[in-house]
Amino acid sequence: MDWTALGLSLRLAGWTVVILLPVAVILGRALAYRRFLGKGLIEALVMLPLVLPPTVFGFYLLVAFGGNSPVGDLWQSLFGNQLVFSFEGLVVASVIFNLPFAIQPAQRGFEAVPVEVREAAATCGMSPARSLWRVELPLAWPGVMTAMVLTFAHTLGEFGIVLMVGGSIPGETKTIAIAIYDRVQAFDNRGAAVMSAVLVGISLVTIAVTYWLSARVGRRLS
Amino acid sequence: MALEVRLRATGPIPLDVAFRAEAGEVLALVGPSGSGKTTVLRSIAGLWHPQEARIAAGGTTWLDTGARVNRPAHRRRLGVVFQAYALFPHMSAVRNVMAAMDRADEYEARRLLHLVNLHGLETRRPAQLSGGQQQRVALARALARRPQALLLDEPFSAVDRATRERLQAEVIALRAHLDMPVVLVTHDMAEAQLLADRMVVIEAGRMVAEGPTAAVMADPAALRAMGIRELAAMLPATIIERDADGLTRLEGPTGPLFLPGITDAPGREVRVRIMAQDVILSRQRPEGLSAQNIVPGTVLRSVSGTGPGVLVHIDVAGHEIVARITRRAADQMRLAPGDAVHAIVKSMSIARGQIIRAPEPRA
Repeated sequence: MDWTALGLSLRLAGWTVVILLPVAVILGRALAYRRFLGKGLIEALVMLPLVLPPTVFGFYLLVAFGGNSPVGDLWQSLFGNQLVFSFEGLVVASVIFNLPFAIQPAQRGFEAVPVEVREAAATCGMSPARSLWRVELPLAWPGVMTAMVLTFAHTLGEFGIVLMVGGSIPGETKTIAIAIYDRVQAFDNRGAAVMSAVLVGISLVTIAVTYWLSARVGRRLS
Repeated sequence: MALEVRLRATGPIPLDVAFRAEAGEVLALVGPSGSGKTTVLRSIAGLWHPQEARIAAGGTTWLDTGARVNRPAHRRRLGVVFQAYALFPHMSAVRNVMAAMDRADEYEARRLLHLVNLHGLETRRPAQLSGGQQQRVALARALARRPQALLLDEPFSAVDRATRERLQAEVIALRAHLDMPVVLVTHDMAEAQLLADRMVVIEAGRMVAEGPTAAVMADPAALRAMGIRELAAMLPATIIERDADGLTRLEGPTGPLFLPGITDAPGREVRVRIMAQDVILSRQRPEGLSAQNIVPGTVLRSVSGTGPGVLVHIDVAGHEIVARITRRAADQMRLAPGDAVHAIVKSMSIARGQIIRAPEPRA
């Protein structure tokens, strides 16, 4: 059992969730409530990682983040290390790759808040920020929660993009999914089986917790 | 603390209205569905933005497109009761009311819920309340902001008739506690006539009549918009006693009225809505007639339209009722202003919904 790889995967999933939570709330809410120019384009772009093969997506990120690329150079001058083949690079790639998993359910959650209830919040004197905190988030919460759980579970299992952008540096970019692949390559089926089982267990627990939480919210509202 | 409204828009919803509601006054915005009356209400609330508008309440300008003043909805001190109530489903009744307060005050929220007759259900969530109870919470929530204008959007349309009658009576009783202008949107002329001091009639976004309720009800333009069948007058009366056969005797301005379906205590002052098409006129006091209500009065004027009908306005001891009869009948009777007539109203034509349990509003 490669505990370092597991810890790294959990850390990666945690950071992805922490960064995507506000993004999902702000962008999901805007996509749910507003009509604006280019809304369709944004929705399509957000969905893109869902249909692109991870290797293709990973390749483009590798090119975009690599040395001599504007993003890579900027990162290098700001933080002094390169973005590709680093944990930070993995986090950035993971955030982008998880956009559809985070934004779609959050958007559906905000769409479930009736427009009259939002208008009632405004006529009760609530500013948009207060309305978000006191009315919209409590009602859209199952969607936002689902978004975060999907993001977390999906990050734990992501393989292709991690390999492309991160390589397989132990303690830096070697996640549990890659460690499993390594074990299989080394004919260590037992090691691979143990790690796979751990991954299955963690995924099951996360999903069970979400269902339990959203059922509780459902009971509270009905 | 008056509310002044002037709106103009060419599209997508054409509007052209201007009116003023005084403090403590109930102004009804009536019109057929699709006439734009809800859009007017939404404009006042800041939920819709007409092209040209000036809205001011209690001396504060909420919207002035000419001066580029536009307060967002949450910075307009108003209370709105939405058609489907729009309560916050995740909050209890008392929390819903507290949510509209500048500083949450549970004691005050409970007092408001008592004021709207919601007792003992403070901790229930909206889903656990009936339509009428939700409506009461919505009203308490609207009042909790200490609004400079109270806006009611078809507030009684989603409840059954018995609940509607009770809620309407409660709103009338509540008026003694309200010092802000109240704007009531309704497509129901009876409701407007029962509750409002003044009326604004809207048709296809344009204001076709405006003024005191009785005057608007006699305005041909308003009647064209609302349908002549809606024409009715209000007669004040006091409940005397319930007879053994189920009819109740009331004392009207010129004698007794006998009406069915009244269960209120004697002594209560009510107003009876008499539909113009239910009134028969007679020069002599008729004998041997099944109709129980014979009201003597004096012809004020006759108004004829393009059709075969004539509206005869009759003075009944200072109150006015209207009879809708055929032009032929009016000609045969040779009715002229100043003539003495008897108005005959079938008891059974006055349904329960046509009686409001409150005295006449102040002028």
